[in-house]
Amino acid sequence: MQDHLSLLLVVIPLVAAPVAAVLPQGRLPWFVALMVTSACATLAGMQLWAVVHDGVISYELGGWAPPWGIEYRIDVVNAFVALIVSGIAAITLPYALLSVEKEIPDHQIPLFYSAFLLCFAGLLGITQTGDIFNLFVFLEISSLSSYALISLGRRRQALTSAYQYLIMGTLGATFFLIGVGLIYAQTGTLNMMDLAERLPGVSGLKTIHTGFAFIMIGFALKLALFPLHLWLPNAYTYAPSVITVFLASTATKVALYVMVRILFTVFPNGFVTATPAADLFVLSGIAGILSASVYAIYQVDVKRLLAYSSVAQIGYMALGIGFASAMGVTAAIIHLFNHALMKGALFMAVGAIIYRIGACRMENIEGLGRQMPWTFGAIVIGGLSLIGVPGTAGFISKWYLVLAALEQQAWISVVVILTGSLLAMVYMGKVIEALYFKPVTETNIVVKEAPMLLLTPTWILVIANIYFGLDAEFTVGVAEHAARALGVVAK
Amino acid sequence: MSTATLLLLTLLLPLLGAVGIIAAGRYPNVREGVTLVTASLVAILVVIIAYRFLGGEEFALFVSEPIPGIAIAFRIEALGMLFALVAGLLWIVTSIYAIGYMRGLNEDNQTRFFAAFAVAISCAMGVAFSDNLFTLFLFYELLTLSTYPLVAHSGTAEAKRGGRIYLSILLGTSIGLFLLGILITWFVAGSVTFQDGGVLAGKLDPAWAGLLYALFLFGIGKAALMPFHRWLPAAMVAPTPVSALLHAVAVVKAGVFTLLKVTIYIFGGDFILSNDVTGGLIWVAAATILFASLIAMGKDNLKARLAYSTVSQLSYIALGAMLATKSGLIGASMHIAMHAFAKITLFFAAGAIYVATNKKLISELNGLGRAMPITFGAFLIGALSIIGLPPFGGMWSKWYLGLGIVETGQLILLAVLMLSSLLNVAYLLPIPIRAFFSKSAGGEQYTEIKEAPKTILLAMIVTSTACALLFFYPDPFYQLANLAAGGP
Repeated sequence: MQDHLSLLLVVIPLVAAPVAAVLPQGRLPWFVALMVTSACATLAGMQLWAVVHDGVISYELGGWAPPWGIEYRIDVVNAFVALIVSGIAAITLPYALLSVEKEIPDHQIPLFYSAFLLCFAGLLGITQTGDIFNLFVFLEISSLSSYALISLGRRRQALTSAYQYLIMGTLGATFFLIGVGLIYAQTGTLNMMDLAERLPGVSGLKTIHTGFAFIMIGFALKLALFPLHLWLPNAYTYAPSVITVFLASTATKVALYVMVRILFTVFPNGFVTATPAADLFVLSGIAGILSASVYAIYQVDVKRLLAYSSVAQIGYMALGIGFASAMGVTAAIIHLFNHALMKGALFMAVGAIIYRIGACRMENIEGLGRQMPWTFGAIVIGGLSLIGVPGTAGFISKWYLVLAALEQQAWISVVVILTGSLLAMVYMGKVIEALYFKPVTETNIVVKEAPMLLLTPTWILVIANIYFGLDAEFTVGVAEHAARALGVVAK
Repeated sequence: MSTATLLLLTLLLPLLGAVGIIAAGRYPNVREGVTLVTASLVAILVVIIAYRFLGGEEFALFVSEPIPGIAIAFRIEALGMLFALVAGLLWIVTSIYAIGYMRGLNEDNQTRFFAAFAVAISCAMGVAFSDNLFTLFLFYELLTLSTYPLVAHSGTAEAKRGGRIYLSILLGTSIGLFLLGILITWFVAGSVTFQDGGVLAGKLDPAWAGLLYALFLFGIGKAALMPFHRWLPAAMVAPTPVSALLHAVAVVKAGVFTLLKVTIYIFGGDFILSNDVTGGLIWVAAATILFASLIAMGKDNLKARLAYSTVSQLSYIALGAMLATKSGLIGASMHIAMHAFAKITLFFAAGAIYVATNKKLISELNGLGRAMPITFGAFLIGALSIIGLPPFGGMWSKWYLGLGIVETGQLILLAVLMLSSLLNVAYLLPIPIRAFFSKSAGGEQYTEIKEAPKTILLAMIVTSTACALLFFYPDPFYQLANLAAGGP
């Protein structure tokens, strides 16, 4: 079991997905998904523990030795991301039961869980694999299933959003594939470790640079890095609540993981700083933080507001990567984790409001804070974490990001990071004001607090936000370890 | 009890009190009982701690280390002791006052009010006892958040607007500037722990020290230096007990206290003096002292006038901190206590007038003195102490501030201090004078108006007596201030 841990993590959800599809309507498909995600979360926890204590795990699929066969190569970085993905999935599923029954037609529920498990398997596959082409395959699995999941949203706009995402996502995947092809042509290998050995010899070639650019732009599309983020606000706004929670806290994180993996492990150290890529990351981070935060302020739909906020938060991670220093990458990985916690909590709380009143525009939610105090509390604490108030996880992110920027003497970035916090204060303030300080509308006066099944997962994430703000030993330790494992050298 | 237990109790008791207050929310008498018991215990605790601290005992407590190298930890030193002593002693007085005030006006949501109040006190204690800038920043922000429901208490449009200004200025300055200052300190010095002599000396290029100090000076928005002072008048929409304890004592003093801590234990007085870090910035404080006094003169709303007076008086402390000489620091530290007792008296009186007559404007106070002699008597004492006249405590802090200025030889600053005292006379004394000697506009005699409820009077008598006592026995506060300034 211990030996096959890494494979099981991908195989279990992959096998369970078709099973869920053929199960009868009712709660059985949900139960299967719940079991699968909890099992995967446990396995991912064991895997991280094993990696931290015994070092890198290398698993040869079918016994074929790399570089011929596919290798699953697990170090602290992907073990950590796998834990985030499966952990968030396991927390989301208890929440999903009621929310999905409310938002998805009965006959589609088995298919919904089937697609969810496929997406889950795809994301885990991307993190686990050490083979760059295998990564592409899992990318497609997760992308195709997420298009389907988004299109299941209750409003008709969900269809156009899914279509928009489909076009952009396919473009991204194609770019990635072209890049992989170009690099394969020059190196003759697809195994990441093998690539890392061969690339230094050919890194001066134009073909390699072109391939690098294709891969970066391809994943920047998946990551929704500014200005390639246009699909994200629509997709998050119109997707079913559960899917928004899941994608916002996992999909972009996985894309970011691939980005750092390719930048720092696959390509030789110093490659990124020798190309304009590092500066472009910083530039895109700065532009993303500022413009997306300002956009967020003017949104009237809370989900869309949070979606724009996500684009801004991705900008923070891009900044960390762009510094290309150990500190910067550590900060990016810390924020990757913390942002999953805060956006997970916030989107869940908004989902609870949608569960009760079926909408989440500013004018619909007026005065609901008094009606739904626990949901409101989750939004307040999640919002504080997003702003980066000390005592919350968000503060730890900001702390390391600013330190990384100071280390580079990147004063503009320092100012931008802190300005981003202030802008977050403005847009979260708008939501809180609508919820608490506007008088209760007549339709909202009868609204009751969300059911326990929605509140408990939300509050698990809320408490995690506080816990990891007061004790960041785990986050920071793993992130520093991860930055070392990636091979980022301290400057 | 061990020293660590005492320290922890001081932080936790108000929180437990808050829980008790919420639990007893349905029974107002029990709830107020919980408030009074908690506040008395806290007062006793801080006195015991102060006594043992002056006896030479060490108080320290380590909680956790959220970020490697940066801990949530507490340690009591003289300045923090002084601040905690002031906040702890005045909480019980204010609680007695608040019960009379809130019942007298029949305010809504009293449970939330008393609970948030207790949480705010706990945060203030956390600020006072912090061992490093990170812990201090944590409680500083929590203090802002926990006092927000108190500012927006009444829920009217005006209260919400005030609350919004309050929150946006305080959070904005702290996240935008203060946090940046802390980060730069950590980056440069590798430590944010408060240390005698500071942590920056020898680590920071003196050319940048002024800029870093400016980040702290403006980033600590609670110190209300212009142009970031607007939140304080905005916070006056809160019920008067809040204005009295939080916006004349706990919150604003947390601001100047933080500034003093940064000056003494992060920069170090010697570092500031030898590199002339604050040479230009001191004029910001001087300007705030004068402009705020001038604005105060134009305010007819009594609480607004007192708020601007507070802005002006806070800058005395900032000015003392920036002088960075021993006398300057003693004066600044003592002014934390002296101004607290005097200003809380003034607010108590303002609240008493409002409870008894529903009047908020100074121009309506003519002739009220005969009907409310205790209230206006207390007001007069508080005003004299603020102005700095003997026999009231306010004289001592101004005395040492003046000495500090003479030591540095910047005589223009001395002129500012003199002028400001005159302005204090001009905007404070007319209030009791109107009340006692002018006739009301309609000529009526206010026979139907009586003094405010007894608890309110009791609180006012206690604080105004303290103002006088502090002139004759300033010793505990002087000792602590002297210790903080590095004296024997």
